[in-house]
Parts: sequence; C-alpha cells; structure tokens
Amino acid sequence: MSGEQLKRIIATDCGSTTTKAILIEYIEGEGYRQTIRGEAPTTVEAPLNDVTRGVVNAVQELQELARLKYKNENITFLHDGPSGEKEIKIPRDGDNGVDAYVSTSSAGGGLQMMVTGVVANMTGESAERAALGAGAIVMDVVASNDKRMNHEKIERIRELRPDMILMAGGVDGGTIKHVVEMAELVSAADPRPRLGAAYKLPIIFAGNQSATDAIKDTLADKVELIVTENIRPTLENENLGPARDKIHDLFMEHVMQQAPGYHKLMEWTRGPIDGKMTNIPIMPTPAAVGNIMKTIAQEEHIEVLGVDIGGATTDVFSVFTDEYIFNRTVSANLGMSYSISNVLASATLPNIIRWVPFEINESDLRNMIKNKMIRPTTIPALLEELILEQAIAKEALRLAFIQHKEFAVSLKGMQQTRDISQAFEQSTSGATIVNMMTLDLLVGSGGVLSHAPRRNQTVMMLIDAFLPEGITRLAVDSIFMMPHLGVLAEINPTAATEVFNKDCMIMLGTCVAPVGKIKPTSTALSAEITLPDGTVFKEDIPFGEVRLIPCELGKKAKAKLVPGKGLDIGAGKNETREVELDGGIVGIVLDTRGRNPFVLPSDNSRIPMLKKWMKEFKVYPEHILN
Amino acid sequence: MAQAYSPGLSVTDNIVLAKQRILPLKGNVLVKKGDKVKAEDLVAETFLPGNVLPINLANKLGVTANLVIEYLKVQPGQIIKKGDVLAENKGLFGLGLFKSRVVSPIDGEVESISQHTGQALLREPRIPVQIKAFIDGIVVDVIPEEGVVIENKSAYIQGIFGISGEVTGELKMLVKDPNEVLTESLIDSSCKDKCIVGGSMVTLKAIQKAIEVGVKGIICGGIDDQDIKALLGYDIGVAITGHEHLGVSILITEGFGKIKMANKTFDLLKRFEGKKTSMHGKTQIRAGVIRPEVIIPLEFDDADLVASESHMPMLEEGTIIRVIRQPNFGVIGKVTGLPEELHTVESETRVRILEAELENGKKTTIPRANVEVIET
Repeated sequence: MSGEQLKRIIATDCGSTTTKAILIEYIEGEGYRQTIRGEAPTTVEAPLNDVTRGVVNAVQELQELARLKYKNENITFLHDGPSGEKEIKIPRDGDNGVDAYVSTSSAGGGLQMMVTGVVANMTGESAERAALGAGAIVMDVVASNDKRMNHEKIERIRELRPDMILMAGGVDGGTIKHVVEMAELVSAADPRPRLGAAYKLPIIFAGNQSATDAIKDTLADKVELIVTENIRPTLENENLGPARDKIHDLFMEHVMQQAPGYHKLMEWTRGPIDGKMTNIPIMPTPAAVGNIMKTIAQEEHIEVLGVDIGGATTDVFSVFTDEYIFNRTVSANLGMSYSISNVLASATLPNIIRWVPFEINESDLRNMIKNKMIRPTTIPALLEELILEQAIAKEALRLAFIQHKEFAVSLKGMQQTRDISQAFEQSTSGATIVNMMTLDLLVGSGGVLSHAPRRNQTVMMLIDAFLPEGITRLAVDSIFMMPHLGVLAEINPTAATEVFNKDCMIMLGTCVAPVGKIKPTSTALSAEITLPDGTVFKEDIPFGEVRLIPCELGKKAKAKLVPGKGLDIGAGKNETREVELDGGIVGIVLDTRGRNPFVLPSDNSRIPMLKKWMKEFKVYPEHILN
Repeated sequence: MAQAYSPGLSVTDNIVLAKQRILPLKGNVLVKKGDKVKAEDLVAETFLPGNVLPINLANKLGVTANLVIEYLKVQPGQIIKKGDVLAENKGLFGLGLFKSRVVSPIDGEVESISQHTGQALLREPRIPVQIKAFIDGIVVDVIPEEGVVIENKSAYIQGIFGISGEVTGELKMLVKDPNEVLTESLIDSSCKDKCIVGGSMVTLKAIQKAIEVGVKGIICGGIDDQDIKALLGYDIGVAITGHEHLGVSILITEGFGKIKMANKTFDLLKRFEGKKTSMHGKTQIRAGVIRPEVIIPLEFDDADLVASESHMPMLEEGTIIRVIRQPNFGVIGKVTGLPEELHTVESETRVRILEAELENGKKTTIPRANVEVIET
C-alpha cells in the first residue's frame, strides 16, 4: 500500500485512566508524521460501561483540533453508525473519515486476583507469591485456617469480583479434603468476573494434583477451570513458574477481552492490508510497547531498559545480554492514580519525602495522595503538587525496577527450592541479568514521564529512580505513542517506523555516572568534553555533584572521562574512557552523587543538597528552589 | 456552545433507582414481582454450610493417625452435641488410668475423620443468610433462586469514598453549617440508630463516640487519612472498601482532609432530616466503579418509575462543578467559559481549562481535569 492511499490513520490506546488518540498523516515531502493528539477519560466504568464512548470522545477532540489546525470545518472522523451511535468512519472519503484505525488497550486497571490456599502462611503464601510475581494485585488470600467464618469467606469471594482466582493447597499426594473444601466454598460463591458477566471466571488450580478430579467435579461446570502443576509439590519445594505462566496467558486471552464495549471496538479497528479492508486485532498495551522495545534493541544491537508508568500499573521491559533476552514485569500495584496510595504504602512516607526540596506537612501529603486515589484523573496545577507527584513517581519507578530485577533472572522458570527453615522468607534466588553498567539506553514512557512540563524533569526522575551506571543514553516517548506505533506496525511498518523516528522517541541526552563511593571532597570524575560547536567543558567534579551540559539533539560530543580513585565508569576501576556522548534536548548529565551506594542525606543538609541538584538539573522554576 | 465530558457525582432530590439484591449463593426469594417492600424486609434467604472445625484427634490422644480409628466414639455423618465424646483412649495399661478424652466443642455434625492425618472435621449447623431490601421500594424483577431488583424514587447522594456496609436509619443533622467539624461533643445517646450528618470533617474521636452510642451511619465532607488508618489498623492501598466491620458506616462526600461539604449536598440532607435513610460505604475506584450512596426514599406512584438513560456528565456554560484538586479544592463553582486552546498553569503543565465563577464570587480558570460535575 502506498503512502498516498493510506493518508490518515487514527490510533488509540485505551488506558485505565485515559484514552489517548493520535492522528498520523502522510504529508507530501515529509512522509508519515504524527500531527494531532486528543484524549478523554476511559469509559469502562459505570454508568457508561463502554470503552468506545471514551474512544469517540478522544477522536472528537482530534477532529476539533484537526479542524482548527487546518482551518477546515469539513474535516470529520466520526459518523453515525448503523445503531445511530457515533463511530469512526472508515474508509475515508476526502475530508471525511480515516483510512485505518488501530488500537491498544489496558483498560480495566491491571490484573486483580484472589488466591486461595489451605494454610494461609504455607500454600496461601505461595499462591500469593505466584500471583504477585505475575503482576497481579492480590485482593485477598482466602485460606482454610484464616479466621473468617466460611460464610464470610463465601461472601467475600462473591463480593470481590476478581479477574481470576488462583487456587493452591496441599502437597502432592497429601490430603485432598481441605483443598476440595475450599473449592466448594468458591463454587458456592459462584463468583462473577469483574469485567462482564458474559464469560466464566478463570480459575487456575495449582494445588495437590491428587485432588484434580475432585476439583474438576466441584468447579468445572461453573468456571473456566485450568489445572496446572502444584505450586507447592512438597513442603520444601515451591514451583511458581507454571502458575505464573498460566496467569499471564489468561490475562491476555480472557481478562483484557472483557473490558466493556471491547467487542464493538474490535469491529471498529480495521484498515487496508494488501488492498483489502481487514480487521486489525486490538493489542494489549504492554505487548505493543514490548514490540517496540525489542525492535530498538535488535536494530541497534544494544541493551535497553524501558518503563511505562501508568495510573494503575507500572510495566518495566528490558532487553539484556548478547542473546537479547527480553523480560517484562507488571507491577500491578504501583501507579500514579488508582494505585498511588499503594505507592505510599509500599515506599513509605519518608522515602517519598526524601525527594521533596521543601518541608511538607505529612498529613497534607497523605491526604493529597488519597485524594488522587479517589479522583484519579486530576492533574497537578500547582508547582508544589507537581514536585510531590514527581517524588512519588521516583519511588513508584524505583520499586517497580526492584521487582523487575528480581524477576529478570538468569534461570527463568527454574524450580526454586526452599528448605523448611526458609519457607517464610521472601527472597528470590537466581542472579538478575539486569546490569546497569552495560545498559545502553533507558527509555521512559507513561503520563508522568511523557507529559512532564519540562523534559529535564523526566531526566531527573529516570536517573533518580533507576540510577544508571557508567554511560547511559536517556530517551522518552514524546507523548506516550509507543503503544500506538507498536500496533500500527502490524499493518504499516513503514508508517510506524517513520513516526517512531521523527515524532515518538525523543533523545533526552546521556548520563555519565561513576560507580563507587569516595570521600565527598575527592574528585569523582575528571571530564573533558568537546562539544559540537567546539567549546570545551573541563572540570574535576567532586563527589556528590551534578552537572548538566547542553549538547544539541542529534549531535555528539567527544569526551575524555577519568573516574576518581577506586571508581568505575564502565571500563573497570580507575580506567579512563574516551568516548562520544550523545546529545539530546536536555543534554549531557555528569552525575557524581554515587552509585552502589547512592545515598541521600537524611539530616538538615538534605533540602539544600536537593535544591542544589535541582537547580543544576534546571527541573523547576528557580523561585521554588531559593 | 462549547461542551465537554467530565466525571461527576450525583446529588439529586429525585431519582429513579434500581438496586439488585442478590444472595451469596442460590436460595429462596421471599417476595414476588410487584411487592412493595421496606428497607428492613427480608427479600431472599439461604443457608450456607456451617463452619468447619478441625480437631486433630491423633495429637490429642497421643497416638499415631492410623490408630485413631480404634478410639473413635463417633462416625462421619453423625450428629453431635457440644460435650459429646468424640474419641477416648483406654488409659495406661488399658486400665483407664490417665485416660485421654476428646469432646466436641460444638453442636453439629462429624464431617470426616482422616486416617492420614488423624484429623476430625466437625461442621457447625447450617448458617442462615438473609438479604434485606436495603431500600423501601417495589420489586420490579425476580431472579429465581438468586434475588430481586428493587426500584424506588429517592433523594440520592453519591459519595466519593466510604467504609463499611449497608445501614438504615433516620437522618439527623448534627451541625448547622457545612463548614462545621463533626466532633465527639455533638454526639449523644439521641444519635443511636441514626444516620448523622456533619460538615467539613469528622474526627477520629467523633467516630469512636458514634460507635459507642450506636450510630448507624456518618455522612460528612472530609476525613483524615490517618484517622481511617487508626480505625482500621491498616492503610488503604487500593480503594476497595465496604467489607469492614467498624460498627458504623461512613460516607465522605468531598474527599480526604477538612473540606466543606457542598452546599447543595448539605441543603439536601437538611431538607430530609428525620427521614428514613439507607446508606453504605462501599467504594471501588477501578473499573466497575462503585461509589458509596445515601438513599432517601420518596413517596411515588408506579408510573413514576421510569429510569432516565445513563449519560456522561457534560461540562458546558452554567454547569455546577466542584473543584477536586488544589488550588480551591472542594470549592463549588459555575462554568462560565470553555476556551478550546491549551493554557499553561502554575506547574507549567499545558492543559485545557475552563473558566468558572466560584461560590465566593471569585472568577478563575481551572484545568478541566480538576473539576467534577455535580449532577442533578
């Protein structure tokens, strides 16, 4: 298909909070460009319960903005469908309609699960670990020996409306009664899935394999029962891999498809493939982002770490090692709106406050966070609130990254052995393959990173949360377009690639960070950087400092970098590196605040220190940092 | 005229409301279509299997599991009374010295006795579960063996957040002004079984006093996050509430912190003081959103029960809004303009805004994302 024929494309991403629409147009002499974006609240919730209403609202905004941009009142993207409701007009007829419409979706607010076990702190805990590892929010752990009455358990199961249930219980060959009894409670509750009653609730049974037949007898007629290996085959062994895999499969196959209105949306997404109008499957948002990440790594032969922080969840993607091993984790309880209160609970208040360069009343901050949780679509209008949200974002990113490192281990899916004395420990075995020193590119996306009023804020959040080591390029998805392009690539890779390079990925710059700790007064990095315009930056930078050196986007600077005694910038301790550093719209950051460890002062010097760094980063207007 | 969609909460003196009342498992529906019911009437009931109590007989008798069978005095399926002997051994040298005896701690039935673990499972008698109508109204639909749909005409307030489940009580205003804080000194024994209304905030001590005197529900503008933590003993991470057993249900109309209750909400509650009120604190902020509700049934004819179609609240000139983020958090205003172009706000964020006149007369601009339509 030639560019002329596919002239206007709409792509949407239906997130848990916002539905984001972009218009991609073929422009003579420029090729494919992303020209306009619009957004509207996602409408999977009551009273509308129809994801397409949010899509129509977002496209309506695109239409209004397109009319303004082109001063052409005749442009329309919507028309009345057969049912009388508005829908996207395909194919295009002059200014009316578009040539193709594609969409991704993560609507529904992440994966919500309930788990059951026989003994709460044995199989119940194993089931919880499996669900958490698969990225779920565990709404409740129901166990035979928890202190609730059975009828209370039944009521709770029915009330919760999870996306799926993971049932564990019993060691293989052991007693089947308790686990079957739990199945009877679940059966009695006849739980309905959260998103729509039109399908059976998926239940994964990963308990005593001898109980399988009895479990099938009890549940198979009522629910979508999937049996997998026991997560606790013996008391000393925990085998979480098979259950986690099943959770991931079911999330994609069942849950995502149940967002209200999804069936309509699936009919809308279509475009010409090989000249024939074809339906284009809706892709789960993280899968689309993952596609783009993998493509970057493979095309540029680099190691990439990407993060997408949303309202409910934070996804971390990485491609590491020479084999381009791809890993993705979903931190379903870390996000900037629905889950923001969980960030506070997980990170704790002191860890959030440590990033705030002014005194704050703790009670006000707690109430602010709770208010954001109950009104998730609000935005910070005041500068102080922006700073607080960005402090919370750093912690959400930091915690999501910790989870990712624990998940992205060298031996995936191996059976983990814990002896009985370690049965209550949460530690994960297997060394992580995430190596911040060899990492080439760190990419951020998601509202708080993509829509930060200043790109310098994005740089600061990425560096403070991920603590890149050695030399690392930083980039941001300009307006959170990676999901859209990931799915667009399915029908028109040319358009996707062109827009990706021209409009999506914005190179922010490069971070140089020596690893190790030395005395505050000592030189941590001696840098001699020749910028593209010939000016030379030369400084012996002491430990505990930040420097921001502007270096134009698309240009490179020649650098001679000498680490302080005992420090490493990627070539080994005390080894000098002579390299080219990529510029970007923010520039080159020289960060000598320390890595392994990175420590923020906890005394009175904290606020002045933060202000000094923030001034150097140029993240906020000066008046708030004085 | 410019307009846009925006989230909103209902505050209205007249709405047709439908409530599904469903059993936790199949049972009997006690009413039929067309029946008029009161909130406290039972509409459906069922019996849940009784609680199961495990007793490890082998441990108690000091024998191995496979030998338990020799000492049993009861059999699976047998009805038992509290104090009945379940098993006893023969004592030292079979002479009855130092005999160990295990008795039933409950009335019920012997469910099973495992030869593998030596564990007896005793099941308590079946537990009746009854579903009340929750609102005065008329049964418009019966879902066989599951429950009913009840409709009525009500004054109706959607809260933003709440805790604990369904309660019914008479509405009682405890403050004169929507700015007033609901403190413990305002609560006395006359509040027993009432749904009490405060202004901008309810204090922890007031909630504790309310529980003490037997208040059914508290309706208020704001609450402090730390007070909820102190009440529940844990921090709320994701807003899924309603299952708590606090002893009182709480419904917050504005948000966390001290926030004046919207005049409209306050005036509506005041107008209906003394009326029977149903309320709950159930909240779920994610997909399938559930907001806490105050329902005050009105007199109605059957013909009145025509529900209006669901719609997305609309922002347009004249729309009454509540500011839901700083600055001016909690203030009510009226939309005076909806400029289309993007504006830069103090945080340097570029957003679409609206122009509004606040109830204090101040004219201001507010990001559209930071307002909520007060639906009528």
